[in-house]
Amino acid sequence: MRRFIWPAVLLALVIVYPLVLSTPFQQRLGALVLLYAIAASAWNIVGGYAGQVSVGHVVFFGCGAYAAMGAYAHFGLPPLVGVPAGMVLAVVIAAVIGVPTLRLSGHYFSMATIAVAELVRLVVTNTDYLGAAVGLSGPTVPRNVFDLSFVSSLPFYYLFLVVLGLTLLITWWVAESRMGFYLRAIKDSERAARSLGAPASRIKLQAYMLSAGLTSVAGAFYAMMVGFVDPESGLGILISVKMLIMAALGGAGLLFGPLVGAAILVPLEELSNSWLGGKGAGLTFVVYGAIIVLIARFQPSGILTLITRRIALITRYIERRTKARELRKQRPAAGADHAA
Amino acid sequence: MSFVLVQVIVGGLLLGAVYALFSSGLTLVWGMMNIVNFAHGDFVMLGMYVAYVVYTLLGAGPLIGAPLATLFLATLGVIVYFALIRDIMKGPMLAQILGTFGLALLLRYSVFWWFGANFLSLPQNIVGGTIAAFGLRIEAARLLAGAVALLVTLALHLLLTRTALGSKMLAVAEDATAAQLMGIRPDTMQAIAWAIAAGATGLAGALIATFFYIVPTVGETLAIVAFVTVSLGGFGSVPGALVAGLLIGVIESLSGYLIGAVYKDIVVYALFVSFLWFRPQGLMGKS
Repeated sequence: MRRFIWPAVLLALVIVYPLVLSTPFQQRLGALVLLYAIAASAWNIVGGYAGQVSVGHVVFFGCGAYAAMGAYAHFGLPPLVGVPAGMVLAVVIAAVIGVPTLRLSGHYFSMATIAVAELVRLVVTNTDYLGAAVGLSGPTVPRNVFDLSFVSSLPFYYLFLVVLGLTLLITWWVAESRMGFYLRAIKDSERAARSLGAPASRIKLQAYMLSAGLTSVAGAFYAMMVGFVDPESGLGILISVKMLIMAALGGAGLLFGPLVGAAILVPLEELSNSWLGGKGAGLTFVVYGAIIVLIARFQPSGILTLITRRIALITRYIERRTKARELRKQRPAAGADHAA
Repeated sequence: MSFVLVQVIVGGLLLGAVYALFSSGLTLVWGMMNIVNFAHGDFVMLGMYVAYVVYTLLGAGPLIGAPLATLFLATLGVIVYFALIRDIMKGPMLAQILGTFGLALLLRYSVFWWFGANFLSLPQNIVGGTIAAFGLRIEAARLLAGAVALLVTLALHLLLTRTALGSKMLAVAEDATAAQLMGIRPDTMQAIAWAIAAGATGLAGALIATFFYIVPTVGETLAIVAFVTVSLGGFGSVPGALVAGLLIGVIESLSGYLIGAVYKDIVVYALFVSFLWFRPQGLMGKS
């Protein structure tokens, strides 16, 4: 039972967070952390577990965002309809992009995904149907609750919490299944995995498509929360970079890594933006860059690994102390026995 | 019509020579250490800003700006190598990508913070007006940039293939341990490679600044141009980068002229993606 205490306490804290820290800024901050955690967790499936460092995941994010806003702007439907539509679109696009690019290994894959993302951004910027450079807007006045156009961030917070829970559940299930073993084998050495009979190409593509579908959900909800999407906010390369960095900062290939990364970086960005104003935008990313460089240089396996290792050290220390104390208690008794 | 076309092609070739120069820097580091510098475009951007600062402070043109940019970037290259690259080289691939990506953000937004997001440019006639020859009209700035870039790229190739230093660097690229046993210090050679690569990139930046807009995010676009060039020319090959750079310059100019200016980047990126698709080893690479 004891091992469930701390997770339960943490979960309770997460649930009451927006009720205790209830200013609009704090609620929005909480919702954004969860949202980025969803996107980074989705990235983590293919980037963390399978080790295929995609820098083009913003394409799928954009699929969701444009599907949600497009459903409203072109068909008058609630943006929520865009969630499944965006998922389908993202999965199909992932298959189209994935088949050629997943053949590439290492840096080549990362470069190819950057190029694809920039290509998509440029094409969308020049497509009038998708609003070109201006983008698409969602409903300004909600017609009913399904428009998900809330002034407060509170409903979004709980909505994102549920979606994040589902994403983590899927990730956990993938990681524990046969597929998870294949993915880790591919990450360690694709050639070895192949030679042992792992269907590497198929598994990578499946993971990529799954990851794409989940990323698009994050994109759709982001667009709904912000109320619009344009090429910069829906397809800018920085969004890909954020997903990658959050996952890597927390711990790529760990279930809760992306959440930890998002919980550190999103407040950092939002706080420095609000403190420093417009001029702060540059400085925020300077700090971002510095953090990434330091992580890559000193702790490439992420902060979570560091923390769990520390905790393991401390618990081992405590165990040793208690054992020693018990021994000391027993010894006088044993000595008395000997004297008798 | 044909005159315009020739004009466009010549313009593309001159721009392509500059592309070739900064791509040689990327390909050198890549071929030698098998590491992709995702901050490469931002090195070019820094070169451009050095040229800009030199102009605003001293009122001097590329004659002073270009050597200073080369020197500045070469120093930065050595610092980056010892502070970051040397350690992440042995690490997991995610750390390599993250490390240079973080560096890119750091450089880009430091400049952004300091200079703002405004588009800057050097005065039009900083190199001299327009030269008319054989019925063609060419801006002197572009001519200078193209010619210098072409010469330096060729010099780089000669340095790598004809000198003792080049042989030592190739030896380290081939097998660092074996090279070390032969009395070559891999660390020194790799630091020199970073200095040369970054220096060439800075020079290219200073040259391109004489006719290009200067903005902190320009590195994003230029990095992709460098990736395209390197993947087209084959990884680690300077002559490959030269041919590919010229080709991309021409393709970009032609598609800008024939299809429309907004589509020229789309054409180049699409070319890159399809290239990675069909011929990942590059134009000149072995299959």
